[in-house]
Amino acid sequence: MKIVVLVKQVPDTAADKRLDPDTLTVDRDAVDGLINEMDEFAIEEALQLIEKHGGEVTVVSMGPEDATDAYKKALQMGADKAVFLTDPALAGSDALATSYALAQVLRTLEFDLVILGSEASDARTSLVPALLAERLELPQLSFASKVEIEGGAIKINRLTDYGHDVVEAALPAVVSVVEKINEPRYPSFKGIMAAKKKPVETLDLAGASIDAALVGQGGSRSKVLDAAVAPPRSKGVIITDEGNGGADLVEFLAAKKFV
Amino acid sequence: MSEILVLVEHADGDVKKVTLELLTKARSLGTPSAVFIGAGFEKAKDKLAEYGAAKVYVAESAELTGYVVAPKAELLAKLVAENAPAAVLVAATAEGKEIAGRLAIKTDSGVLTDAVDLKLDGDVFVAEQSIFGGSSVVHTAVTAGTPIIALRPNATPPFPEAAAAERVDVSVELSESAKLAKVLEKVAVAKGDRPELTEAAIVVSGGRGVGSAEKFSVIEALADQLGAAVGASRAAVDSGWYPHQSQVGQTGKTVSPQLYVACGISGAIQHRAGMQTSKTIVAVNKDPEAPIFELVDYGVVGDLFNVVPQATEEIAKRR
Repeated sequence: MKIVVLVKQVPDTAADKRLDPDTLTVDRDAVDGLINEMDEFAIEEALQLIEKHGGEVTVVSMGPEDATDAYKKALQMGADKAVFLTDPALAGSDALATSYALAQVLRTLEFDLVILGSEASDARTSLVPALLAERLELPQLSFASKVEIEGGAIKINRLTDYGHDVVEAALPAVVSVVEKINEPRYPSFKGIMAAKKKPVETLDLAGASIDAALVGQGGSRSKVLDAAVAPPRSKGVIITDEGNGGADLVEFLAAKKFV
Repeated sequence: MSEILVLVEHADGDVKKVTLELLTKARSLGTPSAVFIGAGFEKAKDKLAEYGAAKVYVAESAELTGYVVAPKAELLAKLVAENAPAAVLVAATAEGKEIAGRLAIKTDSGVLTDAVDLKLDGDVFVAEQSIFGGSSVVHTAVTAGTPIIALRPNATPPFPEAAAAERVDVSVELSESAKLAKVLEKVAVAKGDRPELTEAAIVVSGGRGVGSAEKFSVIEALADQLGAAVGASRAAVDSGWYPHQSQVGQTGKTVSPQLYVACGISGAIQHRAGMQTSKTIVAVNKDPEAPIFELVDYGVVGDLFNVVPQATEEIAKRR
């Protein structure tokens, strides 16, 4: 089977992120980029499915020209090849515009399954899996904590607030995974060396038949009006427990009328 | 006043608090019409009336809830086409956001998620979003179509203001593509009587410092004294001590309660991303250097197994 895994390069979560005051987009120069953590679970799931059912894994990523770490990591883990969509015109795309661009790339590929992480650590909208399913008219199997494929059918456990739903669909389908699904492997030395020789196809807008009017800030259907750093929280009271810490805590809660 | 559609979140007619918040917010921006999908409208009707739904579009067909989100988006798209509302509000839950996204494509509209506030500037809906784990605040607007906005739970204090909740039955002929992901079974984990995590006014969370699944009883005891929901850090969930549904932080739930009590949680950025906008934050941790103490209104440096049970007992005494 043919599996496409979508990965995104994101600013390091631990870094201090901010919006560029002029462009009102993420100031990517200010922090190091790396693969979105959740995407490693998507790659791992694809690799495990291939190990079981045979086939190949193509990793697709979209981002600024230098955002190559994410798909390289996927190749090092074991994906067979990469498609990298990069074009200055894509900068500032919102989730809707991003999903359009990715859908256009997917239309150029053959696949039985698209797998992606259920959330990117930067914007955290969790929208793209549902948007891709809508655009490509494919089954939406999002928030999967378990995936089973048999014949042409796929069954997942979809995590919900109350537990999970068991959901079934015919392939091809769009699956997004949560981090409970597996343990992503570390790239081996051999994997790292092999990745350097794996094919990478770089596409621009024209290469993926993307209409420039539908991407970037101009093609987005929402815009950021202003951005500000949130005021810091006022410094709190910190005590050391010397036997009465619990009671002192309740005293504070009572003063705040929580007790 | 212009019509604003509010998608009702409910469990067999038990209306979730976030829907009452959405209705309250919608009343300040226009005239709310609730959209009720699934079984149980008779049970929900009084609540929706109490919180100001002028109309309720009711779609009871079991088909609408038998597939993953797509049918709900199709029904909403039909209502948007027929009624041209000024905006559509949904709860910023996992499913709410997915419905919002698919609706945006169907109606060629813009969508804003995780709004913590929504105002009208002239006739433009301006959403406030708290991003990067609460470290930045942005204002955003939809620039095309019908604004579709997903509002976070606990962002608007709900208050009643009765309206008619006039029932309008609606239905939609589902497309084949709405029926691609079929729900075979809904499996519920035992939830108990505690409030839901994202809706709770108080959340008590445990982390690595709790040490085991059994010892979460210490966290639960304090939560029950406070009438709180129980949360867990990713470390605790990954260790199998508490269910994934309770995970607070990146890759888990974002909560914004009146009071957040972090026990044995160091406060890594991944956790802070899910609780930083809580109104009052309290922490108990052995390590005085734990980053959680940078956020707190009140912190106790100490062993949680001494501090938390003592606090639980002290609250019980005061009752």
